[in-house]
Amino acid sequence: MPIWYGWLNRSAEGAPKLELPPGEKECVESTQYMRTSHVDLLNNWKETVVRDGKRTYVSSTGKEYTMSLTNTCITQCHSNKAKFCDRCHDYMNVQPWCWDCHNFPKEAGK
Amino acid sequence: MNRMWIALIAVLALIIIPWVGVGAAGLTLLFGVGIPYIACLIFFVGFIYRIVSWAQSPVPFHIPTICGQQKSLPWIKANNRESPHSYWGLFARMALEVLFFRSLLRNDRAELKQRQRLIYSSNRFLWAGGLLFHWSLIIVLFRHLRFFTEPVLPGIAFVQNLDALFHVGLPALYITDVAIIVGLSYLFLRRVIYPQMRLISLPSDYFVLLLIIAVVLSGVLMRHFFKIDAEKAKELALSIASFRPVIPTAIGLPFYIHLFLVSILAAYLPFSKLMHAPGVFFSPTRNLKNDSRARRHINPWSYPVKVHTYEEYEDEFREAMKEAGLPVEKE
Repeated sequence: MPIWYGWLNRSAEGAPKLELPPGEKECVESTQYMRTSHVDLLNNWKETVVRDGKRTYVSSTGKEYTMSLTNTCITQCHSNKAKFCDRCHDYMNVQPWCWDCHNFPKEAGK
Repeated sequence: MNRMWIALIAVLALIIIPWVGVGAAGLTLLFGVGIPYIACLIFFVGFIYRIVSWAQSPVPFHIPTICGQQKSLPWIKANNRESPHSYWGLFARMALEVLFFRSLLRNDRAELKQRQRLIYSSNRFLWAGGLLFHWSLIIVLFRHLRFFTEPVLPGIAFVQNLDALFHVGLPALYITDVAIIVGLSYLFLRRVIYPQMRLISLPSDYFVLLLIIAVVLSGVLMRHFFKIDAEKAKELALSIASFRPVIPTAIGLPFYIHLFLVSILAAYLPFSKLMHAPGVFFSPTRNLKNDSRARRHINPWSYPVKVHTYEEYEDEFREAMKEAGLPVEKE
């Protein structure tokens, strides 16, 4: 079955292309870590902020960041959800419930 | 007990092979592309060979195992479910067996209790454990199609969300992941705990169970604890399925262990007891209608036997019989 499906949808193949934020070279942690474990990172952030009230994250390189999905990740860098978050999430068929609460300031109405 | 340890050591060895091969030697092409392809080849060739050989074996006798009244006279109530006489009844009985393991519901346990008294009781645990394992397995396999289809098949998201209904942890824990481990644990432990089961269990019995447990655990661990680059895993899966393999890059060691164990399972499956999956459809005790009162079953192997009938016998010995005073039918 996967074989036939692959043949029928040959054009759809290839890894999703992510639109990286202009100007910014590195994320909070290394690319490899973010690829595999951004879920853990964001989940940790959420719990640290909500349960301990701490809002400063010190990355493994020693840089300090404010722990906030909307104010740090989205506002400062990944402002286009459709071209960054969704590309991979759709490819992997995951529907994170981050967006049940968090919003994208630049995408009005969403 | 030795037989269990043999199987356990074999499975541990199979875990160590990709660990060393990818972790230390970096043979990602071999473990990511080569071995899966070889395993798939063995799987398909072996599977088809077994099926063809079963399909070719003759079934000369009418041997369904039944536990209900066959259809005969109109005033005798026939049981079309337990003793199917029509194809619909056969289909229903087969479907109930394949989907719900109905024959295991009748599983009995005979035990010596209270000073050597033999007690029979029903034992539904095997049925429950089997059902838990097999249904979880098919849902888990269906969920895996998200790695092999692009765009992803429409029904998968629904199953995923239903499976992760309780939103435990992040990424959410799947109900079937828990259920399959519970089911497998029971199926394994019953072969370890009960002395009767231990007696009749072979290394291969333990081996398949432990191998599947290892596959499940490696999958669950890489989802929740030892993170892998899932997007790259899907790229590899798609490329393998479309026969244009890419050279796999850094996906993560747990993925290669999982993939290697699955490859071994697939390659071993045609030679193992796991062939009960297609085999159930080929068992003549289940796939035959019970219609011996409506239709005469003649053994196709029967050849004309030279017989000596009574008439011929009397013709031969008539005079001697008369002399001895024996009655004859023809004077």
